[in-house]
Amino acid sequence: MTARLMQGDEACAEGAIAAGCRFFAGYPITPATEIAETLSRRLPQVGGKFIQMEDEIASIAAVIGASVGGAKAMTATSGPGFSLMQENIGYAAMTEIPCVIVDVQRLGPSTGRPTSPSQGDVMQARWGTHGDHPIIALSPSSVREAFDLTIQAFNFAERYRTPVILLMDELIGHMRERIALPPPGTLDLEQRLNTRVPPEWYKPFENFPDGPNVNVPPLVPFGEGYRYHLTGLHHDELGYPTNRPDEIQPWLERIFRKIDRALSDILLYDIEGLENAETLVIAYGGLARSARHAVKEARERGRRVGFLRLKTIWPFAEEVVEHAASRLHRVVVPELNRGQLALEVERVVGRHKVRRVTRADGEMIQPAEIVAAIEDLERAV
Amino acid sequence: MKLQSESRVHERYLRHSKKFPNVWCAGCGIGIVLGTIIRAVDDLQLEKNDVAMISGIGCTGRMPVYVDFNTMHTTHGRALAFATGLKMVKPDMKVIVVMGDGDALAIGGNHFIHAARRNIGLTAIVVNNVAYGMTGGQHSPTTPQDVKTATTPYGHIEQQFPIAELAATAGASFVARSTVYHVRELESYIAQAISKEGFALVEAVSYCHTTLGRINRWGTAPDMMRKLKDQSVTFKRAKTMSEEEKKDKIVRGIFAQRDIPEYTRRYDEIIAQAQEEIG
Repeated sequence: MTARLMQGDEACAEGAIAAGCRFFAGYPITPATEIAETLSRRLPQVGGKFIQMEDEIASIAAVIGASVGGAKAMTATSGPGFSLMQENIGYAAMTEIPCVIVDVQRLGPSTGRPTSPSQGDVMQARWGTHGDHPIIALSPSSVREAFDLTIQAFNFAERYRTPVILLMDELIGHMRERIALPPPGTLDLEQRLNTRVPPEWYKPFENFPDGPNVNVPPLVPFGEGYRYHLTGLHHDELGYPTNRPDEIQPWLERIFRKIDRALSDILLYDIEGLENAETLVIAYGGLARSARHAVKEARERGRRVGFLRLKTIWPFAEEVVEHAASRLHRVVVPELNRGQLALEVERVVGRHKVRRVTRADGEMIQPAEIVAAIEDLERAV
Repeated sequence: MKLQSESRVHERYLRHSKKFPNVWCAGCGIGIVLGTIIRAVDDLQLEKNDVAMISGIGCTGRMPVYVDFNTMHTTHGRALAFATGLKMVKPDMKVIVVMGDGDALAIGGNHFIHAARRNIGLTAIVVNNVAYGMTGGQHSPTTPQDVKTATTPYGHIEQQFPIAELAATAGASFVARSTVYHVRELESYIAQAISKEGFALVEAVSYCHTTLGRINRWGTAPDMMRKLKDQSVTFKRAKTMSEEEKKDKIVRGIFAQRDIPEYTRRYDEIIAQAQEEIG
């Protein structure tokens, strides 16, 4: 395909089509509306279906219903809508239904500043729904990466039978870049695992506690002869409600195990310049562009700076950060919030090593502010 | 003779892997509604693989777990929205959505009117017990005025939502109301609803003796049945009655029966149009 000018939201929508997404349900909201608009036009062209629901709660519900019917399914929203979706995201986590939820973050809380970039939903992506559950969240830093990580989000959702959140931000969503998309046949696409057992043996929540695998039981779509039950209640291996701790605990351990044992596959990041570095900058999403610029500038001024850009936000890349920061005394974490992912960095490397550079007024952090933080630390030593 | 053959029908559709007894109180009408759904599906000779039953939260929400269909017990109020997604990707599947009155009309009220307006081919069955049963008898959008509930100890002052009339106004293809006393009629309505292509609603009134029955001293489960019998009038009869006479009556009958294009069929036309345009 020839290169063309594309918006981040549009690249996300095209990524969904390329990933095999054939169902989208959504509700208009700035700055994610363009994803819905693009898919309302594109999905029927490829035989897929688009529906604008009455609200975001209904949108995520329809997405889960469509996924149970066998379709790769997605919704897209921003902070206020993401808040509304949380209960049903928990339902998807509980019933292990693959789906992709795009949150093009805008400044909050509440209505906030709808057209301003933000990274304020990092913790909501992790803990927005009630109860303990694992989650995968990815955050792109460019228009091309919005395309790539949307595909990756679908692959993870299907491979690990889990909801996956694509944490975009207004900057990436509304930014235009000239990009070339890969030809359709060249992509590595995950298809849903099907069962080999006959219906009478099928257990939609089967658990092999001692197996070496990550333990993802196949999910057979409704209507294919495997009549089973799904519920948001705690359930046994057949899907029927249970109050027994000896059935709840193994399930809980399995849904965490399937993510924890696959970290080498799930954790995506770029790391560079760690040799001889004295300071490490950790950034993600749209703000990573500012951070990259700052790292370059600081190096030109003679500073030895390593740069870690996280594409996978959740699960948090604990060991990667721990390893990268082990020899260093300083870690700078710029974020468009009051320091949400910095909390995780501090937990791993120790509070005294971390310098937060935060801004939550709707404006970008300029590279100079990050450079100043790097140099401030230099002087502090 | 008839009873024996009916229990065999039920046996074919209930899940044997699911431990009984069920969660409902003895004398509850929800089991009667489940029975009518099973017999309707059997009468229509539907394949179990082609039937999905989806519910929300509450006493009625527990219905799908017992039947051998594709079943899904979803979140409070959202069953119709989940069902919408499933129906769109499986348009040929018969998707039956069972809800209570609180589930369908309070927390799920928005989804209810929009599913009807969209005329998507779902069969919505609302078991209307005019209260929240599972949480102990709080007032719901269908609780009659003056009735005492767990959260209206001095009497209820809000107006009732008329479920059937609401669905008919919102655009449903088929709308009917009956009660769990009028089982044959209810069964016929449910069969007609399942057969209808567009959005179909059946309201089944079924009083809860455990909560409102006890709080208001309405009596036992058989007393609830008598109450349903005495209170209800047919649609035809209601037409001859004054507003004052109709007050406190349950009007049974078919409220809407119209042929309007079903949503997923219309969407197939959209797909054809979009594909034609790109060539």
